[in-house]
Amino acid sequence: MKKVSYWAIFKNGLFGENPVFRLALSLCPAVAVTSGVKNGFLMGVAVFFVMTMVNVTVSLIRSFISPKVRIPAYMFIIATWVTVTDLVMGAYARDVYKEMGLYIMLIVAFAIVLSRAEVFASKNKLIPSMIDGMGMGLGFLLALVLIGITREFLGKGSLWGYDILHTRPLLIMVLPTGGFFAMGLLMGFLNWIDRKVFGGTGASSGGH
Amino acid sequence: MEGAVKEQQQAQPQLIVSVGPHMRSSESTATIMWTVSGALMPAALMGVYYFGFRAVAIILVSIVTAILSEALTQMALRKPVTVSDGSAFLTGLLIALNVPSSVPLYIPAVGSFVAIVITKQLFGGLGFNIFNPALIGRAFILISFPKQMTTYYKPVMNVTGMDAVTTATPLGLLKEDGLAALLEVFHTKAELYQHLFVGNRAGSLGETSIAALLLGAFFLLFIKRYITWHIPISFIATVGLLTWLFGGTEGLLSGDAIFHMLSGGLILGAFFMATDYVTGPSVRSAQVIFGICAGALTALIRLKGGYPEGVMFAILLMNCFAPLLDRRVRSRVFGKIAVKELK
Repeated sequence: MKKVSYWAIFKNGLFGENPVFRLALSLCPAVAVTSGVKNGFLMGVAVFFVMTMVNVTVSLIRSFISPKVRIPAYMFIIATWVTVTDLVMGAYARDVYKEMGLYIMLIVAFAIVLSRAEVFASKNKLIPSMIDGMGMGLGFLLALVLIGITREFLGKGSLWGYDILHTRPLLIMVLPTGGFFAMGLLMGFLNWIDRKVFGGTGASSGGH
Repeated sequence: MEGAVKEQQQAQPQLIVSVGPHMRSSESTATIMWTVSGALMPAALMGVYYFGFRAVAIILVSIVTAILSEALTQMALRKPVTVSDGSAFLTGLLIALNVPSSVPLYIPAVGSFVAIVITKQLFGGLGFNIFNPALIGRAFILISFPKQMTTYYKPVMNVTGMDAVTTATPLGLLKEDGLAALLEVFHTKAELYQHLFVGNRAGSLGETSIAALLLGAFFLLFIKRYITWHIPISFIATVGLLTWLFGGTEGLLSGDAIFHMLSGGLILGAFFMATDYVTGPSVRSAQVIFGICAGALTALIRLKGGYPEGVMFAILLMNCFAPLLDRRVRSRVFGKIAVKELK
């Protein structure tokens, strides 16, 4: 396998294969929790933690997992780390947990987590896998914050709960419909930047 | 060698060689769009007559924003600017006719912008949009500004639009307070129908006067033949049938079909928006299915849904199915034999 620098692996998750804007994976949480920046950010942090730890664990025990049962094995690992996140958040961040608790449990089913375990961590050593998990997790966090900023600012006229505009310009943006609008427009905008500034192809495929 | 060919070409008489089709109808996208806009003029004029100067301002703002959005987006995307084909004008006009007279002027502007830029140009321009641009624009502003978009005024019938009184639309009254309240305002059923027909009632600018809308629809249906009866009639008839069956308070068959057919945006939507060539099916039988389903959805939203009016959402939902319907009912190709029979 070609030697790739750690920075390249990290950057890949952030930009080149950004989970939301490029791979178009895990769009459901990207719409569901991003009506505000704060929720988007915390969700991103939780996913960042889970992805890093899952990639580390899968990479560590990858030679012990029989290929035939790898998917259930990955699911157990993911479920374990999600439970850890869930319990920690429940213990130390009660207020947020009340709002987000349901979605934290749903991280188990995020396509992006399983996909990185299968695509990357099961074939790579510990350090690259950890960096891939961090890059992808951070890329996801970045996407959720960007969508959150767009939706909260346009929908509620505030950012992180602080009222800025003192008015609600476009109520539709905090509703699920607005989530799709914001995501589609941002995706198009980033592809456009990629093509204009970096000369990329800007392609993105469908997902869940 | 090249020089010789050139000389030969010059010597010959000028013949035009081109690919087919060679016989074209005089109709183009532009003539159709401008004619449909023209057919909406009676309704627009009635809106101005009933709601005063504000109606003129709303119509102008809406149309100017639509045309500017189209021109600027096409310039930004480096496409030929096609505002003269009238489709942006028509979209702007339709949005203006679909808002209440009391809205602040930025609301129809936002609607026109969303309709043209997001719904039409970002999907590839005229002919590539999945959804009716004017309706997405209206849905966007209805959901974004629910209060302003549902504050209706009684017709004032003076130039300044002063002394306006807010009131619910007939459908809103029926939904909130029931038939008795509705009859209290309009006295008798006959008077209610009459008011609905001439348009002397609260509502969006262009939807109130059924007489003016039918005039335009008649022009398009029978004189210009740009639309056919399939979508509008099946649409309106289904709404009538279902509201008659299930719309009453005294069990089956006690609903007021005439009221439901004349009120809300049904006539405007059925004749001028559901019949959009781009977003509706083009096979005749698919059009009938399209109309029936849109009618059923409208009746469902009106009778059971949270909104008093459902024409917009019904048409938008059916827009998604238009390509499927067209494919489903495609007529059999003549002379083609099924593979099974051959074996």
